[in-house]
Amino acid sequence: MPLLEIKNLTVSFDTAAGPFMAVQGIDLSIEPREVLAIVGESGSGKSVAMLAVMGLLPNTATVKADRMAFDGVDLLELSPSERRKIVGKDISMIFQEPIASLNPCFTAGFQIEEVLRFHMGMDRAQRRARAIELMKLVGIADPEERLNSFPHQMSGGQCQRVMIAIAIACNPKLLIADEPTTALDVTIQKQILDLLVGLQAKYGMGLIMITHNMGVVAETADRVIVQYKGRKMEEADVLSLFEQPKSNYTRALLSALPENAVGDRLPTISDMLFEPAPSAAATQPATGAAS
Amino acid sequence: MSVTVLEGKNIVRDYHVGGGLFRPSRTVHAVKGVSFSVDKGKTLAIVGESGCGKSTLARIITLIDPATAGELFIDGNKVDIAKDGLSKEMRRKVQIVFQNPYGSLNPRQKIGDVLGEPLLINTDRPADERRDLAMRMLKKVGLGPEHYNRYPHMFSGGQRQRIAIARALMLNPSLLVLDEPVSALDLSVQAQVLNLLADLQDEFELTYVFISHDLSVVRYIADDVMVMYYGEAVEYGSRDEVFADPKHSYTKTLFAATPRADVASIKARLAKKKAA
Repeated sequence: MPLLEIKNLTVSFDTAAGPFMAVQGIDLSIEPREVLAIVGESGSGKSVAMLAVMGLLPNTATVKADRMAFDGVDLLELSPSERRKIVGKDISMIFQEPIASLNPCFTAGFQIEEVLRFHMGMDRAQRRARAIELMKLVGIADPEERLNSFPHQMSGGQCQRVMIAIAIACNPKLLIADEPTTALDVTIQKQILDLLVGLQAKYGMGLIMITHNMGVVAETADRVIVQYKGRKMEEADVLSLFEQPKSNYTRALLSALPENAVGDRLPTISDMLFEPAPSAAATQPATGAAS
Repeated sequence: MSVTVLEGKNIVRDYHVGGGLFRPSRTVHAVKGVSFSVDKGKTLAIVGESGCGKSTLARIITLIDPATAGELFIDGNKVDIAKDGLSKEMRRKVQIVFQNPYGSLNPRQKIGDVLGEPLLINTDRPADERRDLAMRMLKKVGLGPEHYNRYPHMFSGGQRQRIAIARALMLNPSLLVLDEPVSALDLSVQAQVLNLLADLQDEFELTYVFISHDLSVVRYIADDVMVMYYGEAVEYGSRDEVFADPKHSYTKTLFAATPRADVASIKARLAKKKAA
């Protein structure tokens, strides 16, 4: 049974100019212990689709789906309070801006313990012990000391580690990481990706990586979904996506990578989407050179 | 014959962090004696992680902040803004494009005025000439005359970065400092902006100082590469030298940390995962 199964998900926002379709009929499923990457540019609806799963969209959004089931439970049928028991416990999410997503008024320790109190009902001593254990797990030096630090006293990488600690505090079955490393330096990015993939393997979580970075996809994913303007362009396992991209859009994305540049110019998406025939020929040497 | 546009010798920048009642003041050495030179029409890339001093160096090169010690030469002339101030001529020669195109444009200023303002402040050109030049520059960066009267919020991130580049080019500079110009942009838009920068460099013989933490972009655009680490230039050489044979351990760490999107490394990772 898939861990998360979504069929024909549509999300639209009410705007002054009428409804705007951010996600248009996305199908998605992820198995336990699988790493799925959703790739796309800004405006492709990749974050919105996952926020719909979490139930975190504002009131102006209308979410429709033929099926949206997590671990056999239909999320669309649940009342908000029942849903809150799942979200944050069995499904949890990490966001892009680590410093902005932590509350600046509370210490890191308080914010980790809050999840444990709400979902696990632990007492004070248990919470403290578990928070220290979690901070060790995500690789924060001196956890006892750091529990009392406020977000502004820590670096971006450390804040992201605290976010990960909060997300995995209740041993979730599914972790959604929304651009977890975009705001971080390359060396820190590497550490955070290694940490996420390591935790995923250790606890057998499903992991959904939302990203626009093809490098991150190549380093982490088992399977990849490529999204463009709210629609799914391609779904493939990671190797065949990079070896033989099927859709023009994926091909365009891959050839826009600076490391795949042929000659002086980078092919751009608009070059390729509107002239499919010559672009297919033009990208052949690029993909060939990379393999 | 190559002409050196920019040269820095042993540039140092210290910041004094004022102490409180119970705390002594400290000195932060942001840039610790960095030397470099860039020829006309070439690109020097400065790579390093946040806090390594690359943006401080950019501010010194752009003549925003003075260096604490060391000598800076632009077009062969020694520049010391701490002592001599900044002439209009110097201000014209060096321009900067910032990282975040959402933050670097005034939301209440029309694009036409954004582009006209450098001319208004630094030259005596009449209004109709300024308008003409702004229109021409809009076309150069791939926008149209219809964008002249629009406000920044009506543009996408890539278009805004084009506007920021256009503004920097209005005064015909010889040196352009690009402080992470594409890191806030999507992959495809990034490709367009990089292409635009390459075209403009050819057309105007511009010299670029390109600051980035993205090695794949650096490899694509740079002629020379300088790697900075805690205020020091740990590696400096031509692009091919640095990429082929990194010497300093930090450069090697940086290369190892850059995610690779080629089929061979995916195969290696999947094989490793299967074995584990």
